[in-house]
Amino acid sequence: MGVISNGTTLLDAGALDSGVATGAMTLIKELTASSSATLSFVDGASGVVLDSTYKEYIFKFINIHPQTNNVDFQFNASIDGGSNYNVTKTTSQFNAYHNEAGNDQVLGYNAGYDLDNSTAFMNITNDISNEGDMNTAATFHLYDPSNTTFVKHFTGTANNNYNSGGYFQNDYFAGYLNTTSAVNAIQFKMSSGNVDVGTIKMYGVK
Amino acid sequence: MGLISNGTTVFDAGAMSLGGSMSFMKKLTASSSATLSFVHGSGGVDFSTYKEYVFTFKGIHPATDNADFMFNMSVDAGSNYNVAKTTTVTRAYHNEGDSQAALDYVAADDLAQGTGFQQLSQEVGNDNDQTTSGYLHLFNPSSTTFVKHFTSNTNCYNNQNYTLHWLVAGYGNTTSDVDAVQFKMASGNIDAGDICLYGIA
Repeated sequence: MGVISNGTTLLDAGALDSGVATGAMTLIKELTASSSATLSFVDGASGVVLDSTYKEYIFKFINIHPQTNNVDFQFNASIDGGSNYNVTKTTSQFNAYHNEAGNDQVLGYNAGYDLDNSTAFMNITNDISNEGDMNTAATFHLYDPSNTTFVKHFTGTANNNYNSGGYFQNDYFAGYLNTTSAVNAIQFKMSSGNVDVGTIKMYGVK
Repeated sequence: MGLISNGTTVFDAGAMSLGGSMSFMKKLTASSSATLSFVHGSGGVDFSTYKEYVFTFKGIHPATDNADFMFNMSVDAGSNYNVAKTTTVTRAYHNEGDSQAALDYVAADDLAQGTGFQQLSQEVGNDNDQTTSGYLHLFNPSSTTFVKHFTSNTNCYNNQNYTLHWLVAGYGNTTSDVDAVQFKMASGNIDAGDICLYGIA
């Protein structure tokens, strides 16, 4: 069955007409952590699209809580469908932090957490507390991962209760995946221990 | 034919929207382009409907090495791109050799009531794989009461093999209706890349 309104076909043969407005930001996949060692988004698996369908992908992290105290939340990328998460990256990271007592606040570059053409996992935020109400929330933009000409840029920000609580930290990170191969999988994990709970949402932006 | 469900018009008069608060409006693809301009009323661009607009930059590749990616606004539909702006610029950088890494304020590249173009990314390399990507938020450009705030966040693979994270914020110091936005390189053309414009309901 199709739907034709005022002479215009709106849907037919199981597909919407291309002229129908559907919104530019599409939820692709949501993963919920439950004592998870890793959380991975692999193109073509479980409904994940990570290809040329979109030129921008956004990941949102909500209430990410580690099992182990004082650990870092990290990501890496893959060019072989998730067999290896080891794409070379050059990155920068800086943050501002402030404690609840109001006597310690700093803005600074974190040389200890950047990467220089390294294949290691990159910190989205660091030293997350595992106290009961502590967690991190973040947003991560990845540009044109399927491009086979250019490197792949990313930018992001994170809010974090860190270092056994009592401190708030606002992180800014950016960099590029130094590959001209198509990136087709992204993985998130803690530097040690599992992701106890939390939600990661993946969106495509057309 | 139309369809009304529980008092809500699902479709009518040949039109249907399935919602979403972020609406794609226009995509410009560079091809040795001197400028890329979004002008209200031209090619589907509408700067009066939404109170927030987002421009996204994907794979902006300059024809000339070491060129800055910039923007400006217009209050006369693109005849002149020269709105006065006061801005801040913060950057973090790190090179592949790990010999340079820092966070600083870039006083040389901010504007104090300047009408010139504001850098959104600096010293973009033009090696075959080098680009800049990121986004610019512009708030309520059609207001005739308030100045026009904007924030931008880009990352660049620069000409000296640095990752250069460039954060700009500021305001267009005008109470006139901003009705056009233009992007260009400080020198040379935009060889390749996409700029998309979205309205946020």
